[in-house]
Formats: sequence, structure tokens, C-alpha cells
Amino acid sequence: MKRFIAFVRKEFYHIVRDRRTAAILFGMPILQLLLFGYAIRNEVSEVRTGILDMSHDTVTEAITDKLFSSGTFIFAGNLQSEKEIAPAFAAGRMNEVVVFEPDFAGRLQKDGVARMQVVTDGSDPNVSRIVTGYTQAVVSDYLAEQADGSARQVGVEAVPLMMFNPSLKSVYLFVPGLMAMILMLVSALMTSISITREKESGTMELLLVSSLRPVQIIVGKVVPYLLLSFVNVVTVVSLAYFVFGVPCRGNVALLFAESLLFIMTALSLGIMISTITNSQQVAMMVSLAGLLLPTVLLSGFIFPIHSMAWPLQVISNIIPARWYLVIVRGIMLKGAGIAVLWKETLTLLVMTVLFMAASVRKFSERLQ
Amino acid sequence: MAEAVIQTEKLTRKFGSFTAVDEISFSVASGEIFGFLGANGAGKTTAMKMLTGLLAPTSGEATVAGFDVYRETESIRRNIGYMSQRFSLYDDLTPRENIRFFGGIYGLGSSELREKGERLLDSLDLQESADTRLAALPLGWKQKLAFSVALLHEPKLIFLDEPTGGVDPVTRRRFWDMIYDATDRGVTVFVTTHYMDEAEYCDRVSIMVDGRIAALDTPAMLKKQFAAETMNEVFIQLARPAKRGEG
Ligand SMILES: Nc1ncnc2c1ncn2[C@@H]1O[C@H](COP(=O)(O)OP(=O)(O)OP(=O)(O)O)[C@@H](O)[C@H]1O
Ligand SMILES: [Mg+2]
Repeated sequence: MKRFIAFVRKEFYHIVRDRRTAAILFGMPILQLLLFGYAIRNEVSEVRTGILDMSHDTVTEAITDKLFSSGTFIFAGNLQSEKEIAPAFAAGRMNEVVVFEPDFAGRLQKDGVARMQVVTDGSDPNVSRIVTGYTQAVVSDYLAEQADGSARQVGVEAVPLMMFNPSLKSVYLFVPGLMAMILMLVSALMTSISITREKESGTMELLLVSSLRPVQIIVGKVVPYLLLSFVNVVTVVSLAYFVFGVPCRGNVALLFAESLLFIMTALSLGIMISTITNSQQVAMMVSLAGLLLPTVLLSGFIFPIHSMAWPLQVISNIIPARWYLVIVRGIMLKGAGIAVLWKETLTLLVMTVLFMAASVRKFSERLQ
Repeated sequence: MAEAVIQTEKLTRKFGSFTAVDEISFSVASGEIFGFLGANGAGKTTAMKMLTGLLAPTSGEATVAGFDVYRETESIRRNIGYMSQRFSLYDDLTPRENIRFFGGIYGLGSSELREKGERLLDSLDLQESADTRLAALPLGWKQKLAFSVALLHEPKLIFLDEPTGGVDPVTRRRFWDMIYDATDRGVTVFVTTHYMDEAEYCDRVSIMVDGRIAALDTPAMLKKQFAAETMNEVFIQLARPAKRGEG
């Protein structure tokens, strides 16, 4: 135990002393989340509005004019039926559709109340709320102007409706992918670099000549990065929650447990890389090209898996991040529990055990 | 002769079809300074790695500190110190942290470690730099520190692979004073070197050529045998036919 503590303390010295490492470990997750998170928010806050006008009268046309002259709303096209709304959102062409009910002006005239519906892309509720509120403000503005001339009070009931955005442009869907990417980077890249660094500097020989067993060396290497990666998970999840309002609908403890599992997968991959090369440079290249790239491209993070060519779909099965992504999205966005996610969890678990066993064996074998 | 601390019999290591160490047989007595000479690529490091349990031999026999190099590497490791060819302590750690770490992984207690560490820093005259990162210290100091660290757990036998590579003669001389201090305490020293003046400091010297031991005796006897003035001449006579190395 004493030796183990000595080892872990030393690892922490390395991490803290090397500014570049420390920056990657702590700065990158936060920076990336903020950067991408805000980039996506900006995209949504440019309100591309579609109009579904089932009335086509002077009032609806006046309101439409008013809307687009305000500068906030960008005209994104006319729709013919409600069926066209979802595809427009999915394609990312629109993020708001204003629907006027039939005989809008007539009802306003007769009943004093007409209904319009403000449909927004609900993938970011904050943005949706802002967009809805702004639309309503423009409409009441218009009504107030009209009311000046007549004595009669009229009202427009603007009914907000949020629609889920299946296109991948959302902080919601982005956060799980980012978590997978950061964990892969921190756990796999950092461990493989830190082990190969010891090989390059010759200190690995000293460790092996000391009576530390290979397994003890591996554990000593893994534990600090396990802790750090876990801190990163907590940071990203809380940042996502407090800054971007991304909820965790499911069990937070389950989310953290699954993340630990994925961290272990990544760590074992990192050890595996360090057993096949003695150079930090190669370890870095292999980690980036062999692990990070597939994590970004083939996990369903950027490109949906069902839209990939079938060979890529097959390959995506062996990308651990693919399964982790399903798990995290399930827990955070759908509130799914282990009963739903056990298959993905089991897949990850089996992968981790296999990788870990293989890398520990290879690491020990190297001595012979 | 005192009991043998290292005993090898036709110890061999091949890398594929290439024989790096070719049936070497020798023994090192307790308390001895055994010089292990040879040109670049002669197979010194490979032989040392087999003896320290870092590399499994291809064939042959060897015992170190009474333990078998095939089956009892763990026991061997507990009883030896090792300074590898590349200077190797942690450059981003301070001398004090390095001492603490290596003492720690050898299982030294914290009070024992603190006391030993302070004594060590005193004797190396390193107190002033004890909290400076190693990277900023001169190589000679680092080598002395690495040597002392390798002795922290008080092994009976220490392996030094070119411990003085790249430093000036005065610093080397001081390093050898430390080696003598260690042998005074009964430590057996197995050392490789490229410097022939250092060969003169050894009790016995073996000269390796192309993976084989070409000569093994005291420096005085070797000079007599090869009718040479210095160890350098002996070495040149033996190493000239070598196929490996710089040639
Ligand atoms: N892992 C390895 N795989 C293949 N060949 C190796 C390996 N390690 C060493 N060799 C070869 O074995 C020979 C002996 O190497 P070794 O490092 O033991 O020499 P050395 O006497 O220590 O040389 P130097 O004085 O340069 O340190 C060299 O030709 C080297 O290229
Ligand atoms: Mg060597």
C-alpha cells in the first residue's frame, strides 16, 4: 500500500509539473464544452422561421411582415401542411414555424380571439422559450398598434409547442459525444504517453527492476488517470447542466458508474498502445488516429450510425464510444435505467475485460 | 576466493537469429568490483539485463545473489540495485521527491526514508538543490544521486551500466570514490564502462568482444598477458578483430 501511494503521488507530480498535460487534462474539457456549446447556441439563436399560413388574410400577412422586419427572424420558407414541420427541423432548415389557424382575421373579428401556434425546435428549451417569447412580443406589439384605432379589445392566443430536433445539432446530443471524446483522450492518450515516456527515459527499467510487479505498475499508472477522468465527467455534466441547461433525466449515480466503466475501457486501450510502442510520439499518433478519430467519426457522435455505409456500420460495433454514447444519451436525455441499457453496458464490460486482460498480459510479456 | 554472488554458465541471449550474448561463463565474488568491458554493441547491456531479470536468457545458466535468473527474478530484484545505461531518475521531480519515490517503491518506512534521504542529500552536498527539479542539475550530480538511490534499499549487489557516461574525469573520479565507499560496506559492484582508466579501478575485468568474453583477469595480469602498458592497449588488441561496433 505504501508503495502504491508513493507511485500515485509521483504520477500526480508528473501531471501537475507538465503544463501541457495539465492544460489538456483540465482545460480542454471545459474549453471544448463552452466552445461547442456556445457555437451551437448561436446557431439556434438565429431564428430561421417558416410560415404555415392556413388563412392568408390581411392580418396574418401583416403579422408575418412585422415578424420578419424585426431583424431577429429570418424567413425560411412557406409550409403547406403540418406534416412538413418535422422534416424541416430535422434537416436543420428551420427552427421555428409559426402556424396561423384558418380564418384567422375572421375569428379575430368575430370572437375577438384567434389562435396561432409557435412551434419551436425543442432540442434546446432555453432557446425555444426565448424564441417563443420573442414571437409573442412581436404579435402583441402589432395588436397594440391596431388597438389604438378601435375601441374593441382583441387578442391573439399564441400557443407554444416544442418539437424535438432529431438532427444532431444540439447541446443535448453534443454533451454525451463530448464526454466520450474527452474520456478517450484523457484516459487512453495520457496513459499511453505517460507509460511510453517512462520507457523513453529509461525509468521503466528501474521500476521493473524494483520489486514492483507489472500489474502494480499498471495499477499505479491507471488510478491517477481514473480519478482525473472522473473529475472531468463530473465537470462536464455539471457544466452542461448549469450553463446549458442539459438535464440528467436518469440516475446520476448510474451515469457516473457507466462513465467509470468507459474510462476503464479507454485506460486499457491506452495501456495496450503503450505495449506496442516505445515512443511517446507513436503512442500519441496511434491514440489520436486509432482511438480518437473513430470515437468522433464512427460512434454516432457526428454522423448518425444508421446513415453510414454498411461497412462502417459494422466497424462502429467495435468502437466502445458507440455503446457509451447510447448509454449516456439514454440516461441523460431519456431517463433510461439499467433495465434498458444492460445490453450496451454488457458490451462495454466485455470489451473492457478483454482489452484489460490482453494489455496486462502483453505488458508482462514484454519482459521476456 | 569468497563465495560467488554472480555465477553464469554459457549464458546466451539471441534476438531472432542474432546472438547478442554468446555463451558467457564467469563468476563474481562477494565484495568485488567487477568491470565489464566491451566495444559498442558487444552485448554488455544485454548481459546485464539478463542478470537483473529484465530480459529472459535464451539458454545457459545463471544465479544472482543465489537466485536463479529464470525462476527467481523477484528474489533477485529484492537483492540488487541497478543503474541503467541511460541516466534515469525522474527529471521533472526534485532530488528529494526522487528519493522519496524510489525509497517508497522499495517499501522503506517513511521515518527511515526521511532520515536516509536527509543523510543522502547531506553527503551528496545536494541540500541546496534538494527542491529544484532534477532537469536543472548537472549530469554528474544526477548520476551520483541515481547511484545513491539505487543503494537506498541496501542491496548486496549493484549493477551499474556505464554510470559515468558523458562526464569529465574529475567528476568520474568522485563517482568512483562513492563506489569504493559502497564496497567498503560490503556491496559487490558489477560495472560496465567505456573508459579504460576506470578499468584500472576494478578488481577484475572481463572484456567482451562480439558477445563473447575474450579475456577475464585482474588489470595487472591482463596487462602482463598482453604485454601492454595500459588497459587501453589491452583493449585495443582484443577489440580490433571485433565485427560489431563503430567499424
Ligand atoms: N531488443 C533487441 N532486439 C534486437 N537486437 C538487440 C536488442 N537489444 C540489443 N540488441 C543488439 O544486441 C547487441 C548488443 O547490444 P547491447 O546493448 O547489449 O550492447 P552494449 O555492449 O551494451 O553496447 P553499448 O556499449 O553501446 O551500450 C547490439 O548489436 C544490439 O543491436
Ligand atoms: Mg550498453
